[in-house]
Amino acid sequence: MAIRRGRGVAAINYPTGMNLGGDPTQALVHSTPTGNFMVTLSSVDLGQGMKQIMAQICAETIGVPTDRVIIDTADTDTGPHCMGTFASRGTHRAGNAVIQAAKEARQVMLEVAAEELEVNASDLETDGQGNILVKGAPQKSISIFDVALSAHFKRGRSISGRGMFLIPRSYPEKETGAMKPSTCYAHACTVAEVEVDDETGEVTVLTVKNVFEIGRALNPKMVEQQLVGGSWMGISHALYETTEPYYPNRDYGGTDFNQYLMPGPGDLAKTEIIVLERPSADGPFGAKGPGEMCANPQIPAVANAVFDAVGVRIDTLPITPERIMRALKAQAAG
Amino acid sequence: MELRKSYFADVRQNGLNEIGQPRPRLDSPGHVTGKTAYFADRNFPGMLHLKMVRSPHHHARIRSIDTSEAEKHPGVVKVLTAKDVPHNVYTILILIQIGPEDETVLADGKVRWKGEAVVAVLAETERAAQEAAAKVKVDYEVLPAVFDMEEALKPGAPLVNEYHGQNYYLYDSGECRKVRFGDVEAGFGQADHILEQSYQSSPIEHAPTETTGCVVAPEGNDRFTCYTNTQAMFFTLDNASIILQMPGSKLHFVGGTVGGGFGGKVDVIVEPIAILGAKLTGRPVCFIYSREEEMQISSPRAAEKVVIKDGVMMDGRIVARKVTGYTDAGAYSRHSPYGAQKGAAHYPGPYTIPNVWIDTYCVYTNRTPSSAMRGFGVTIGDFALEVQMDKLARLIGMDPLEFRFVNAYRDGDMKAHRQPTEGAALIECMQEASRAANWPVAEKYMAMSSYTKGA
Repeated sequence: MAIRRGRGVAAINYPTGMNLGGDPTQALVHSTPTGNFMVTLSSVDLGQGMKQIMAQICAETIGVPTDRVIIDTADTDTGPHCMGTFASRGTHRAGNAVIQAAKEARQVMLEVAAEELEVNASDLETDGQGNILVKGAPQKSISIFDVALSAHFKRGRSISGRGMFLIPRSYPEKETGAMKPSTCYAHACTVAEVEVDDETGEVTVLTVKNVFEIGRALNPKMVEQQLVGGSWMGISHALYETTEPYYPNRDYGGTDFNQYLMPGPGDLAKTEIIVLERPSADGPFGAKGPGEMCANPQIPAVANAVFDAVGVRIDTLPITPERIMRALKAQAAG
Repeated sequence: MELRKSYFADVRQNGLNEIGQPRPRLDSPGHVTGKTAYFADRNFPGMLHLKMVRSPHHHARIRSIDTSEAEKHPGVVKVLTAKDVPHNVYTILILIQIGPEDETVLADGKVRWKGEAVVAVLAETERAAQEAAAKVKVDYEVLPAVFDMEEALKPGAPLVNEYHGQNYYLYDSGECRKVRFGDVEAGFGQADHILEQSYQSSPIEHAPTETTGCVVAPEGNDRFTCYTNTQAMFFTLDNASIILQMPGSKLHFVGGTVGGGFGGKVDVIVEPIAILGAKLTGRPVCFIYSREEEMQISSPRAAEKVVIKDGVMMDGRIVARKVTGYTDAGAYSRHSPYGAQKGAAHYPGPYTIPNVWIDTYCVYTNRTPSSAMRGFGVTIGDFALEVQMDKLARLIGMDPLEFRFVNAYRDGDMKAHRQPTEGAALIECMQEASRAANWPVAEKYMAMSSYTKGA
C-alpha cells in the first residue's frame, strides 16, 4: 500500500456565444453634460465583472479613462435588448455592441470638438486622458468636459450612439449536420499532477498547470480571477461534485454544503495560469469567451493523472475514492 | 498568471490605453464590504412569501387536490393551482422556436419528477406559507418511473412526457442531431486499431452563493416590477409574458447584480408564478429558493453518457471517430435539446479527423429537469474525448501529448460540421504546456504552428 504519483494532460477548445447564433445584444451610449459616458444595457453581471469590462471597452473606444464611464444595466425599462449572460457570450456580444455605440458617440464628440477648434473632425485624436487634440499640433486641444458642455448648451448635439451585435441564426443541415455553430473558439491545455492513496482511494491534486488561449485579456486581473476559479471548479467536478452520487438512483442527494461535496481551501492544488492571446477576427479587441472553457480541461487531465498513478480507468464522474477502490480491487482480482 | 506575449505577437493590436490594463473592479469594494444590493435586499410593506407544495413521487397521476385546510391556516392569503395559471404549459426555448411546450408551471393531472411544483401557497410569513403548504392534500396514483436513459429508450418504457410522445427529443433530423463527414466505416476499415469506450457523468449543481429568487411589486399603474437574479432579463420577461398572457409592457424587470449563476439562473421558474401571485393578491410577493431547493429542485447539469469509437493508425493519426452522446434531460426539455445539439457541433473535438459520425440524443427520464450549466453540451464531451485520447496514445505506444500534436486542428482544416478552422491555437497551448510542465516533446512538434499545415 502506497501513495502513488501520476500526471495527465488534456487539450480542448470551446465555442464563444450561443450555439448556432441568433443571439443579439444591443447597447446605447450617451454623454452627460460634463463629459461622462453612460452605457445602457440589459446584460447581467453574475459576479464575473461584466460591468467593469464594458466600462473599459467603452472608455478605450471613446478615448477617455475608464472612471469616466458608468454602466447602467439590467433594467428592462431603460436597457436595450440583451439575450442574456450565458454561453461565454457576455464580453463578446455585449462588448461588440458597446464598441459600435461608442464609435458613433465618439464621432459626434469629435464633430463638436471640430466646430469648437475650427478644424476637420478627421484631424482630431483623443489622448486617453480626457482631451481632444489636433493631430500633429497637440497644443491645439479641448477637454472632453468642454466639448460635452458645448454639445449640450451651445451646439444642440446629442453625443450618443447605438450599438448592435448579432450573429445570424444557423440551421443545421438534417442529414450531414453542416452548420455554423460558433464564431470564434478559445483553447486550453492542462497538465495535472496527482497523488493517489491506493489504500483509501483518496486523490490529492498537487499541481495544475493551465495554458489558456483567450483571444485578448481585456483586463488581465479579472481574467486571472475567472481562470483560477474555473480551474478550481474543474477539479471539483472531476473528484467531488454530484447531486446524485449513485446516479441513476435518485437517493442520497445532498441538500446543503455539508452534504454536497466540494474541495475546501486545504484541497486546493497549486495552480499555474499561462495566457496566450490570438485575437479573434470578430471579438471586441480580439477577445473570446473564456468563462466556460476554463473549467473543462482539468477534468480529463485529472482523470488521466489518476490512471497514470494507479493504472485504473475511472470513466464515470465524479472520480470518487469508492470508484477508485472498486477498480483497484477488480484490477487485483485480475 | 503570466501573459505569454511571444505567441501571435504579429496579429495583436498595441497602443491601447484601457484594454489590457488590470484596472481594479469598480464593484469590488461594495461586494467585499456588504454594501452591494441584491434582489433580496428589497423589502416591501405587506410582502407575501411564496412556498411550493412539491411532488413526493417520481411519476404519478394526481387524482385530486384539496387546499381547504391550507386556505384556513392563519396568515395564508392565497393558494394557487394549475387552473390559476393563464398559459400553464410552456417551454422556455419557444422564444427561439424550439418547442413543443412540454412543462407545467403548476402540475396539472400529473407529476413527472420528485420535487415538481404542484400548489403555490402565499402567506404573510415564510413560516405560515411553509406550514400551510404541509396542509395541502394531494391524492396521487403512483405510476412506474424510469431513471436510466437506456431503459427510457427501450420499447415499452414508461412514457415520461406526453407532450413529446416518446422519451427523446424529436429534432428535424429525427431522434438525434446528426453530423456525417467522410466515410466512417471505410475509416475503421483502414485503421490499425479500433477502440470503443463508454463514459458517464452524474448531475452536478451550480451551487451559487445566492439562491434563485425574485421579489415582485405591483405598481400603481397596473404594471409589475420584478426584482430578479435571472441571467437573462428579456428572455425571462418574454417567457413570463407568455405564461401570464400579459402584455410585456405591463412587466418591468430589474436585475443585473447576481451572486453567481453558472447557468443555473436561465430557467424561467420563479418569476411567472410570483408575478401571478402579486397580480391576484395585489400585494408584493417574494419567492426565494431554500438551499435545499437550490440543490435538488433547481436544474442541475445533465448527466451524460458518451460512447466513442475510434480508428487509429500506428503513426498516431485518427482516421475515423464515431460518437454517440446521450443527455439526460430529466422530465422536461428546458435547455437540454439545445445542449445536446451543441454537443453535436463540438465533436470530434479540436482534432482534424477525415471520417466522422456523430449522433446526439436528448433523453427524458423521471428526474429533476436538467438545463444549462457552465459548458453544457461540451464539458462532459471533453472529459470523454480527452480520456479517450489518453487511451489511444497508450494503445499505440505514443506519448499522449505528442499524439495530440499529430491530430491537432490548424487554420484551414475542414471540421466535421463543414466549417473551415479559423483562429486555431491548440498547438501553441500544448507547446507552452510542454514547457511549463517540463513535459518534453519532439522538436518537430515544438516547431509546428496553427497558421499552416506546413511540412
